[in-house]
Amino acid sequence: MSQTNGAVIEVRGLGKKYRVGEREPYKALRDIVTRALRAPFRRTQKTEQDTLWAVRDISLDVQQGEVVGLIGRNGAGKTTLLKLLSRITRPTTGHAEIRGRVGSLLEVGTGFHPELTGRENIFLSGAILGMSRQEIRRKFDAIVDFAGVERFIDTPLKHYSSGMQMRLAFAIAAHLEPEILLVDEVLAVGDLEFQKKCLGKMQEVSESGRTIVFVSHQMNQIRRLCRRAYWLEGGQIEEEGPANQVVGKYEAKLSWSASSTVREAGRAGVKARFLSWRICDSASGLPNVLASTGRVRVEFELALNIPLRIGHHGIGIYNTDRQLLWGTAMDNLELSPGTYFFAHELPDLPLRPGPYTWRVSLYDEHGYLDSWDCIPEMLVTTEPVTHQKDEWAGVLNIPDTFSIVSKVEQAAASILP
Amino acid sequence: MSTAESTLSNPPVIRITPPSNWWAIPVRELWDYRELLYFFVWRDIKIRYKQTAVGAAWAVLQPFLTMVIFSLFFGVLAHIPSQGLPYPIFYYSALLPWMYFAGSLQNATNTIVDNQRVITKVYFPRLDLPISAVLSGLVDFAISFLMFAAMMAYYHVRPTLAILWMPAFLLMALLAALGVGLWLSALNAIYRDVRYVIPFLIQFWLFASPVVYPSSLVAAKWPKWQWLYALNPMVGVIEGFRWSLAGQGKPPGELVMVSSGVVLVLVVSGLAYFQKMETTVADVV
Repeated sequence: MSQTNGAVIEVRGLGKKYRVGEREPYKALRDIVTRALRAPFRRTQKTEQDTLWAVRDISLDVQQGEVVGLIGRNGAGKTTLLKLLSRITRPTTGHAEIRGRVGSLLEVGTGFHPELTGRENIFLSGAILGMSRQEIRRKFDAIVDFAGVERFIDTPLKHYSSGMQMRLAFAIAAHLEPEILLVDEVLAVGDLEFQKKCLGKMQEVSESGRTIVFVSHQMNQIRRLCRRAYWLEGGQIEEEGPANQVVGKYEAKLSWSASSTVREAGRAGVKARFLSWRICDSASGLPNVLASTGRVRVEFELALNIPLRIGHHGIGIYNTDRQLLWGTAMDNLELSPGTYFFAHELPDLPLRPGPYTWRVSLYDEHGYLDSWDCIPEMLVTTEPVTHQKDEWAGVLNIPDTFSIVSKVEQAAASILP
Repeated sequence: MSTAESTLSNPPVIRITPPSNWWAIPVRELWDYRELLYFFVWRDIKIRYKQTAVGAAWAVLQPFLTMVIFSLFFGVLAHIPSQGLPYPIFYYSALLPWMYFAGSLQNATNTIVDNQRVITKVYFPRLDLPISAVLSGLVDFAISFLMFAAMMAYYHVRPTLAILWMPAFLLMALLAALGVGLWLSALNAIYRDVRYVIPFLIQFWLFASPVVYPSSLVAAKWPKWQWLYALNPMVGVIEGFRWSLAGQGKPPGELVMVSSGVVLVLVVSGLAYFQKMETTVADVV
């Protein structure tokens, strides 16, 4: 972060103050007039309480070819920062310098007009997003092909399904080729297959050496696409660093504050109920964040109101796609009423960083007693040691020691003492 | 990639700073974004008559029917003097610039609000919007002008060399619409009731301009106040149009001079106000 660096985006002390009233859509002349008549000599008072710093004192550098993620809660200032960088709105304080052609993508389908045909909209939206007419003409076929709307290209957009409109919109966006791309939460639309296609395109773009600043609420997208991330909180930078670390800390904070860690007791007369879960002696200090490799002990608290006979206890762990990663079960449990900790100790839990859900269940001789998708989620924030590319990384996070040995030498080594 | 690399060797540097107190017309930037201006004009023209029954015929029907009404009531019934011209020619030659002016003014006023989605999502010189609003009206003007040519032939009114001045008066109408449009579009972005004022303003302005009567009527009645009358830029524009198209009487030199001065003031002040508003428009609109 030296001063004389090759940063293509250089932000220094950038701040944006809104008067709270300014965020309301618009004023009516009528109101101004009536106010003036009522108190002609009083000036509208602007106190500091009426103001809101959407972005405050932000300094950051983005290097050429970097893909940088911006994360944070709604209202943390992510979009405002992008709007400042794309010159949609002007800062109140500070300054920024951007070296290169900037394209901003704050929504898909910017400038679409329902009365115009698909073809006309490609040209209009493309031009609004910063493409030249020649450039659009050159990429036209590729855009139509990507969107898969060949048959409807001369039909007015209003007759498109919303899915088709969205695909066309993204196809245009995906073919933008500015040197610096600012993207706000636009990949979160469309069906799963199309999302994958878009993500692939983004990866392609980032590998071609372009600089991308990327806002998303989908932490896995940030993990996949970004090397570095900034976590914004209340308009300021809370944390900055490698994407995986920042995302991990953010997720931990989010899951911790978002949910109470103890499950509600349930209706009266319930026979058995899981109440809470935790990672014992968690290295992260948080009972739901797994930050270390090696031995893991996980405990599930159970309130049992009846004597348990021929009990059956199941446990499993799921990823966000609801894919079961591991499961096991115990049979023939005998317990008297009381509160227990069901503890599972694993030699290692080599999962890729991300959120996971434990699921525990309990049955007795008559059948179902309780099952629980444990809240909060378990967050794994260990260092990823897998393939860089998402599609080759798999689900496990296992360190690999690689070596090459010639067969002849190995044979010789086995003979020699 | 090769293009990206070659431009990177000398990349454009964008400086983002808080708005300063002085303003400048971003001529360079308007030039860089000229293709977008073209697309805005193209879009306005394309969608104006989409899903209308008679399409572009509206561009002819509106001034033509208005001309018929004016000729009947103000001409045949009220006997308003028409400088010796057939009433249809007298009225249509004034309605040509008037309709263009009124339409452009209306479009320009609403353009910021109508495009608020785009304004809050992407950057471009906002000046493109009112400029495209007044430019796209030229197509309607051209269509209705063809109708006028046909009427001239029908009434055996022969154009004189004065018709060569017509583009200059058209430019004046364009700049007048732009100047007022800059003010009103910026005001409309902040005070949304401006758009309700527009229909009234246009009606008022119509009668304050020599559309249904010749300006000589005003000069005869209030000779001392003619300069005040000429402060309305459309007075110079419309008298100029009548003179250049129908080719009768003397050129309205003084009126045009005064009106040109007013147009200049409107455009310069409009640009200043618009540029000032531009820095906050995305937060307000």
